[in-house]
Amino acid sequence: MSKHTLSVLVENKPGVLARVSGLFSRRGFNIDSLAVGETEHAEISRITIVVNADESPLEQVTKQLNKLVNVLKIVELDPVQSVQRELVLVKVRADRAIRSQVLETVDLFRARVIDVAADTLTIEATGTSDKLDALLRDLEPYGIKEMVQSGMVAIGRGSRSITTGPALRAA
Amino acid sequence: MTRPTPETIAHRIHATPATVAAQAAHGNHAERQQPAERHQAERPAPAAQPAPAKITGAQSLVKSLESLGVEVAFGIPGGAILPLYDPIYDSSVRHILVRHEQGAGHAATGYAQATGKVGVCIATSGPGATNLVTPIADAYMDSVPVVAITGQVPRPSIGTDAFQEADIQGITLPITKHNFLVQTAEEIPQVLAEAFHLASTGRPGPVLVDVPKDVLQAQTTFAWPPTLDLPGYRPTMHPHGKQIREAARLMSTAKRPVLYVGGGVLKAGATEGLRKLAELTNIPVVTTLMARGAFPDSHPQHLGMPGMHGTVAAVYALQKSDLLVCLGARFDDRVTGKLDSFAPDAAIVHADIDPAEIGKNRAADVPIVGDARYVIDELIGAITAEQAAGRTGDRTAWWGQLDDLRQRYPLGYDEPSDGTLAPQYVIERIGKIAGPDAIYCAGVGQHQMWASQFISYEKPHTWLNSGGAGTMGYAVPAAMGAKVGMPGTTVWAIDGDGCFQMTNQELATCALEGIPVKVAVINNGNLGMVRQWQTLFYGERYSNTDLGTHKHRIPDFVKLAEALGCIGLRCETKEDVDKTIEAAMAINDAPVVIDFVVGKDAMVWPMVAAGTSNDEIMFARGVRPAFDEDEL
Repeated sequence: MSKHTLSVLVENKPGVLARVSGLFSRRGFNIDSLAVGETEHAEISRITIVVNADESPLEQVTKQLNKLVNVLKIVELDPVQSVQRELVLVKVRADRAIRSQVLETVDLFRARVIDVAADTLTIEATGTSDKLDALLRDLEPYGIKEMVQSGMVAIGRGSRSITTGPALRAA
Repeated sequence: MTRPTPETIAHRIHATPATVAAQAAHGNHAERQQPAERHQAERPAPAAQPAPAKITGAQSLVKSLESLGVEVAFGIPGGAILPLYDPIYDSSVRHILVRHEQGAGHAATGYAQATGKVGVCIATSGPGATNLVTPIADAYMDSVPVVAITGQVPRPSIGTDAFQEADIQGITLPITKHNFLVQTAEEIPQVLAEAFHLASTGRPGPVLVDVPKDVLQAQTTFAWPPTLDLPGYRPTMHPHGKQIREAARLMSTAKRPVLYVGGGVLKAGATEGLRKLAELTNIPVVTTLMARGAFPDSHPQHLGMPGMHGTVAAVYALQKSDLLVCLGARFDDRVTGKLDSFAPDAAIVHADIDPAEIGKNRAADVPIVGDARYVIDELIGAITAEQAAGRTGDRTAWWGQLDDLRQRYPLGYDEPSDGTLAPQYVIERIGKIAGPDAIYCAGVGQHQMWASQFISYEKPHTWLNSGGAGTMGYAVPAAMGAKVGMPGTTVWAIDGDGCFQMTNQELATCALEGIPVKVAVINNGNLGMVRQWQTLFYGERYSNTDLGTHKHRIPDFVKLAEALGCIGLRCETKEDVDKTIEAAMAINDAPVVIDFVVGKDAMVWPMVAAGTSNDEIMFARGVRPAFDEDEL
């Protein structure tokens, strides 16, 4: 099994996310990460799905996805030929005694402090999942009070765009 | 024997003009132009006069149905759908009031399978809608074009657990080709046109349209035809030329090829082409349960049905083939048996309109995406070219083996040793007496398998059954729908006593609406197929399979038939079989039910036990066909 990143362009209509995510669970796939949002066309949303799957069941689920009437286009993004990012917000224990050490880690990972309290710092970081894992590993000894992570979003490198083409004529 | 009362006759007279109109519109059985009709929704005919005046959403919906050419809808009114029933009262659409929404759904399916047109069913919100779930799932599994229209609670009440609220869109997500929750009255014509287009094109299937009550009541205007907006829906009709040439090359050189034909060939209206293709290549043909009638049973190249209860010759042909040409079938587990031992030496040409079917269960060497009609036509062209170049496969040895098997292991049955009536005999005689022009509609179980085995299907759309879902109770309502769609054709429901007790209430509908179906209840007093498995696999421990229909004669099917306004007949001996069937054939003004009291021990053979290899096929209990492993 290996990780695959699918960019799914869908009509921006109610219930489409349920159709897509329901299809994965129905066919026995576990979604590792899912992110959804509008694209440069207001009528089109883009769902980025990361799944752990073998080649042949993945092909089957992709074909089933293509059958959903609201799905316009599916592209599997090559990990080398694309850029992937996740976002994490993390609230870390940081009283006076250790605050400077925490800030050093924040700098090291080019993360940002977005909220300060007497005994905590809230940190925002973006990056690949590897980078964010490393950041969290380094912050852990200080004490993570709360953490929230986004799904992964990804976009192909180079000038080509997947949101153009005949498939999207009506959108 | 009870004749209909004056009241029911009066009721029927009321229904007559619509019946006559429907008859006129349908023409006769042979003239059906199924594919053309299937695509009618693509180019909706303009309505006579687009109404500029304000109308209600409900009126807009009815006008949409009329503009789409809908002749009949099966349904039951209720609170949320009530606004729709007011304009239906005056509509050219004939509404048939059923007794249970499941009956409406299966009737729409039967209508669609018999005519090739879209079947329509209507239900109210909540339980009305959920009662449609089984027939929708059934139509989904068998790719039948059905549009289900359901009422929904008013928009402001959605999500509040309002009275009779159910999220039918969510519930039917996995069992519809697509579904809609209508948001405004303005979009009603467009949604209906899209629903019909989706249901009837590409791989057909059920589409549900859920309409909130306040949308039905809202004021709107109506314009026809609407513009379809389905940017994500582009079924591939025409196959790729390169794949066709590759398939033709394999078909021209294979030594042991088989045409494995599924229901897609019927849906595509490709049966004439199939016959040409088969005769051009001299390749043996097997037709799956969903494809019975796609190729004449009397044709010498027809080996019969493959699969769990298929013929020995058909199962053997698939197992030993070196090339399977699969047309509109899907390598279902009932056909393949244990998948990894299925047709181990065969190269696979797999043609289907649904790309997701190709490679789903068995990898295809030559995948072809396209409508079976175009696929077959183009294959004929490419093979003609191969033959012109002198490449014709020699099938003499292959046919020698298959003919030998056909002769040694024909379909057949033993007369019951206890002197009871053989169910197979009854079904065989119905097929002989009603003939190849009649439509046969089966429930699910032993009687279904016997009906697929012992009736000769010569024409497309004469065999209707619940294949993928295996829905007990399908037969009576589906026969009702088929008879409404094909009023000039004799329609037989061949049902079991178990199945019949699930949906026989629709006989009241048939009696009142003037739908003279004929029902043969193959009454063995038991859930026969389950009992067969208990006999074979559970040490003859008959847990909960005796229905008491023999022992206690509860219910008495003759009395039940009469109570439902039908004519009830009973037959218990072999001598009476023909005359009882003939008596039923002579009655054309009322539905007829025959209680055929048959033996309970008859079993369906041949059989490939679930989960085993097709190589393990049993010809009869304890009898394995002698496939000499060295003969190939």
